[in-house]
Amino acid sequence: MSIISATPCLEDLVVGAVVAEASFPLTRDSLVRYAGASGDFNPIHYRDDAAVSVGLPGVLAHGMLTMGFAVQPVVDWAGDPGRIVDYQVRFTRPVLIDPADGAVVTLVAKVGAIDADAGIVRIDLTATFNETTVLGKAQARVRLAAAPLSEA
Amino acid sequence: MSVNPELQGRVFPPVAPYLVGREKVREFARAVFATNPINHDPEAARAAGYADVVAPPTFAVVVQEATLAQLLAEPDAGIDFSRVVHGDQRFSFSRPIVAGDELTATLTVASVKSLGGHSMVTAESRVVDATGAHVVTATSTLVVRGDE
Repeated sequence: MSIISATPCLEDLVVGAVVAEASFPLTRDSLVRYAGASGDFNPIHYRDDAAVSVGLPGVLAHGMLTMGFAVQPVVDWAGDPGRIVDYQVRFTRPVLIDPADGAVVTLVAKVGAIDADAGIVRIDLTATFNETTVLGKAQARVRLAAAPLSEA
Repeated sequence: MSVNPELQGRVFPPVAPYLVGREKVREFARAVFATNPINHDPEAARAAGYADVVAPPTFAVVVQEATLAQLLAEPDAGIDFSRVVHGDQRFSFSRPIVAGDELTATLTVASVKSLGGHSMVTAESRVVDATGAHVVTATSTLVVRGDE
């Protein structure tokens, strides 16, 4: 999906520039896998009858699954998952997963702000499903200093 | 039943320590489509300066989960789980989570607000390692829908 590259230099970045783009095809299998890995077994993420009983049109993806993969293109761009020092999202719209066709979430990551003194860049994420954004205020702060953030 | 405003500021007892396993990190990484070798391969992780494989950023939710369960089970909280919607989520790291970490999470209710018949509960779970050093703070805002 992505190519591991050298760590980007803060000096080369421009606010507004796209640093990564990706699309994530999801199926019901993806949700079952995430349920097992995360321990979130809320049945609205794998049973249509459970979803319908609480007023939803059908099974939807875990918000935390969408949050989880939405940052991955940024991780690959940065070259190291430990460079993500802060990550936040607002869950604004559900991602419905059709039992046969699944769903595709597309992702665009842009430079939102650069703090050269702190060595941190804010990457703003746009996650889109069915032509609407599904995350609001989705921001990852990435440390681009030389040393990895390992234990001291 | 509505959310008890006196929850604001309440600090819960720390939950039992969570030992981060290498295979759990890999399993979680696969589930969130994390393909970076530092998430999967101990050699790649060590080459990058870590003791073992590094967890994806949102893995912290697995450690946070037990603290949210405490909040929902609190007898006087007045939080009806069937009315809870996850509003937003944030992770602020001092360092990434690495396999082998023994992590302890402590929840504080940062705020309880009312908004148009709904309640917004902001729960802040501070996660420290075995030495007591801060690793990550996981903050969730739960929207509890009011009676229709």
